Amino acid sequence: MSGTASTGTVVLDETVPARAPWAHPLLAGQSLRIVDLGGNQAVDCLFFNLANTDERYSAPDTIAAQRNIFLVTGSTLLSNEGNPMLTVTDSTCAHHDTIGGACSRESNTLRYGHHTFHQHACVENFLDVGSRYGLTKRDLVSNINWFMNVPVGDDGTLGIVDGISAPGLYVEVRAEMDVLVVISNCPQINNPCNGFDPTPIEVVVTDPGPA
Amino acid sequence: MSTSEQLPTATLESARDHARSQVGLQSVTAPTVPSTAASNLPEGIEASTVVWDETIGSGNYATRAIARGTHIRITDLDGGACIALAVHRADHTPERLNVADTVKVQWQAYLGTGTLLLSDMGRVLMTVVDDTAVGHDALCGCLSPAAASERYGDGSASGPTPSTRDLLCLGLAKHGLGRRDLPPIINLFTSVRVDEDGSLRLGDGGPAGAHIELRSEMDVIVTLASGPHPLDDRDEYSASTVRITAWRDGLPDAATDPFRTTTPERRRAFENTDELLRGRT
Repeated sequence: MSGTASTGTVVLDETVPARAPWAHPLLAGQSLRIVDLGGNQAVDCLFFNLANTDERYSAPDTIAAQRNIFLVTGSTLLSNEGNPMLTVTDSTCAHHDTIGGACSRESNTLRYGHHTFHQHACVENFLDVGSRYGLTKRDLVSNINWFMNVPVGDDGTLGIVDGISAPGLYVEVRAEMDVLVVISNCPQINNPCNGFDPTPIEVVVTDPGPA
Repeated sequence: MSTSEQLPTATLESARDHARSQVGLQSVTAPTVPSTAASNLPEGIEASTVVWDETIGSGNYATRAIARGTHIRITDLDGGACIALAVHRADHTPERLNVADTVKVQWQAYLGTGTLLLSDMGRVLMTVVDDTAVGHDALCGCLSPAAASERYGDGSASGPTPSTRDLLCLGLAKHGLGRRDLPPIINLFTSVRVDEDGSLRLGDGGPAGAHIELRSEMDVIVTLASGPHPLDDRDEYSASTVRITAWRDGLPDAATDPFRTTTPERRRAFENTDELLRGRT
């Protein structure tokens, strides 16, 4: 496992290839570490209450409660019902985005032109892996973009700019309820969110084990 | 409810008379039916074109399916309003407002005249064609049941301080939609600013009489709820009375519509919308 070892038992340690989706349950108390192996790799991420997927991660509830748009160590990730789902327990990347949303074929046509329509995108990954858990388009909401940098200027100008991550930096979250983790290892090649070169990531699940 | 003079209700006939006697009572917050009887309309608007006129109070909601080419004006009657707005495509509700795409595609977190409300399919649901409000917030979402309960003691829709989320979900339920059908929304009439360090500041509320006017670019379901903003840290449940007035106005010629061509991204959003409609007619 990359980075400093967490306490507890490693129950899963996988590499998610560049451009690929990944989904896995994370039980209350377990931790998920996501490692940016190549540096400046955006990792689009959603969480669903495993017992009732109507309840899911809510970017607006999360940033309103902490009164800040950036996710950092200590951030509590809230659901659309206002309940704590996970806690960001450790991050060696300074902050992460949750207002920029996921790239899609459709939004790519607006941002980069109609010629990009057949390029792979995060919404395709979410729909693909989500469908294996009964999730559909109705379940997609504003997501987290781990390792992605989206500043907002004085006049409200907002956009994806060069990243602040680097090879080996990681973020770790602890589940406060049983959740389904849904990830798209972002395939975007038209903006700097992946340094124009999508790379693999490592995902590690640890169980705190007996107290 | 009770009338000043309680009629007997022991028999079917008296109960019927009692029920019918209530017609004609007035409420400040109600829809105008028929909407063509609406008065005090925006200048130049003929009552015969009005398709929706409704006033909603603090802690309440309204929802309606409206056709492409409808203008909808929302007016803050009390001042300091916070109105949560959800928009779904009427004939295919999985397509709906996507606030992240709305701010990202237009490179702008703050909404105003000219802003397009974009769907998750790269199309335009509505266009902001007029705006006198202090701002509109696309970041903070609606007040959750948990937050409303913590702040006001009771966030339930049946109580005095309902969460905006539950109110919007009730509105969506009238169209057969469930709780998973409510994505992040926009708070009208509220100014939220992002500081350089990412912190969020809620500005002062706007004046009474401020309005925003939206034009529907597709057949859409508009759902609105009046409740406190999530960053409103006052102890009391503060929400405004707002009036919704919508009228059929048609759409301008695409070649001369000033809202289509303000940026390349917006131009392509209209191209995608036209493409959908072209295939359907």
